[in-house]
Amino acid sequence: MATNSAAISAPSAAEAILLRPPRSLWSNAWYKLRHDRLTMIAFGVLILLALLAAAADLLAQNVFSYTFEKQDLLHTYERPTFDPPAYLLGSDEIGRSQVVRLLYGGRVSLAVGFVAALVNLTVGIAIGLTAGYLRGWIDDLFTWFVTTLNSIPTIFLLLIFATIWQPGPVTLTIVIGLLFWTGISLFVRGQTFALREREFVVAARTIGARDRRIMFKHILPNILPLIFILAAIDVGGIILVESALSYLGLGILPPTPSWGNLLTSATSYFVRAWWLVVSPGAMIFLTVLCLYLIGDGLRDALDPRLKTEK
Amino acid sequence: MRNFILRRLIYAIPTLIGISIITFVIVRMSPGDPIRLFTFGQRDITGEDIERLRHAYGLDKPLPLQYVDWLIALVQLNFGQSFIYHQDAFQLLLARVPNTLQLAVVALALQLLIGVPLGVIAALKRGSWADGVIRVFGVAGHAVPAFWLGLILIIVFAVQLRLLPSQGMLTVGKDVWDIPDRLKHILLPAFVLSLTGIANYSRILRTETLDVLGQDFVRTAHAKGLRERTVVFVHALRNALIPVVTALGGILAGLVGGALVVEQVFSWPGVGQFTFQAAIAKDYPVVQAATMFVSVLLVISYLLRDIAYAIVDPRIKAG
Repeated sequence: MATNSAAISAPSAAEAILLRPPRSLWSNAWYKLRHDRLTMIAFGVLILLALLAAAADLLAQNVFSYTFEKQDLLHTYERPTFDPPAYLLGSDEIGRSQVVRLLYGGRVSLAVGFVAALVNLTVGIAIGLTAGYLRGWIDDLFTWFVTTLNSIPTIFLLLIFATIWQPGPVTLTIVIGLLFWTGISLFVRGQTFALREREFVVAARTIGARDRRIMFKHILPNILPLIFILAAIDVGGIILVESALSYLGLGILPPTPSWGNLLTSATSYFVRAWWLVVSPGAMIFLTVLCLYLIGDGLRDALDPRLKTEK
Repeated sequence: MRNFILRRLIYAIPTLIGISIITFVIVRMSPGDPIRLFTFGQRDITGEDIERLRHAYGLDKPLPLQYVDWLIALVQLNFGQSFIYHQDAFQLLLARVPNTLQLAVVALALQLLIGVPLGVIAALKRGSWADGVIRVFGVAGHAVPAFWLGLILIIVFAVQLRLLPSQGMLTVGKDVWDIPDRLKHILLPAFVLSLTGIANYSRILRTETLDVLGQDFVRTAHAKGLRERTVVFVHALRNALIPVVTALGGILAGLVGGALVVEQVFSWPGVGQFTFQAAIAKDYPVVQAATMFVSVLLVISYLLRDIAYAIVDPRIKAG
């Protein structure tokens, strides 16, 4: 008792550590992330890009005073210039403002990336969890389907789909989401396999918890941190695929601008205006790079197996 | 070993059936039927003729029966005639295979020759500036859109510097066996195609080499008084190279998918470009043949990878 009251009145340095509130996985990860400069920069850049894209309307009206479809046939193939600000990144073959089109294109590309990732995470987690937990014939069916899907190059499936149905942006997003879940579900299944035999799951089963409760309340929270890592990389991969598809003229179709289809038209006159090729690709590169760096940073912060390294 | 290979071969059968179902269904689900496409614009065709044609091609049968017919033809490598060229779809496709193969082989060689040393160097010089640069490259190489990099390289090397050709496999009029000319043409597309793999291998090899260098047998080798070089190259590296085999599956899938886009950028007359044009023109027999061909190729390469893996790492066979 005596030592206890002494500690409260004047804690020594060693005791202060003991008195510190316990760190959870998440607060620990956040602590690590805050001190990971590269990841924080990547976060910052990504948020900035998202804000710029979200504010496309505002910026186009007030800063550049240009709309994304406004043409000016007297000022085609303008080199990048500050005057007028609308030609900050040059103008295209019919005098449209490249910078304004990039802003709107970013809105589409980012939206497709994040929404499609949400779709494939939902599907991938649900299927992986079910197959890994229930095992038996459901798992056999799952393995067969995933092996089959993984053996067909996804770009071929997307190519066939896009040429047959000529989907709009929303359908395309959902389809990309529905084609890219195999990696996530394989990962979730593997983790579930290992977790379902652990004591806390057995204990939950012993007191009569139903399968669904065990899957979502006991197993899923344990996989969730690792899924965050996959999610960042996933969004990046989808943005790359969408841009490639749009570049081929099969994804997001003009007049809706996307970073990919801005490159399609730029290709046909790149001898005259190379700067029109540089900017959309640089935006894709920057966005995906940030996402991958965030993925790496999250892995360092969240994956307990890597604690010994570094 | 023989049992292992046999088991893997049997496992591949349901996968192949799955691929054929998907390839069949995705095309058959398309709006409009092939007979209408076939006879489009011919005014003297009556509804009765169309019915007869449909019967002749077996299109009036229920879908599962049509699938069986298609499967039987498929085993005989008969994918039907191309709607556009009016020649055997599979033969047309086969003619493009060597071109894609060239591209893929050169890209794979670049990946192994550049990616593996980069990863090992990064691990050996851990924490140095070289390690930093290689790690940044390991992430950046994945994030670059391949088609964009291709365009930039064309602008720099073909348009501005005029050092390399921008497209095709061979300068028109040159001899087919003009090797320097061919090398000039293949350099840019092969590099673009190999980039993801280089980045991939450099990352894998870095992690793996670090992992192996930390293990007991390496410490023992050091303790025996072996030279640093012997420890790294004879003891550590041999073990660190195992994942090169494992990663091959993903790498090959990346090459096949990536080739479709890269061939388009560089006008490389390969399977990818051919498939792309066929898809745009709705030439379904060609699209089906190409999808089946590429997928079967992947199944075979996964199979070979598993066998190679079992040879390098005997623990796998048991599992």
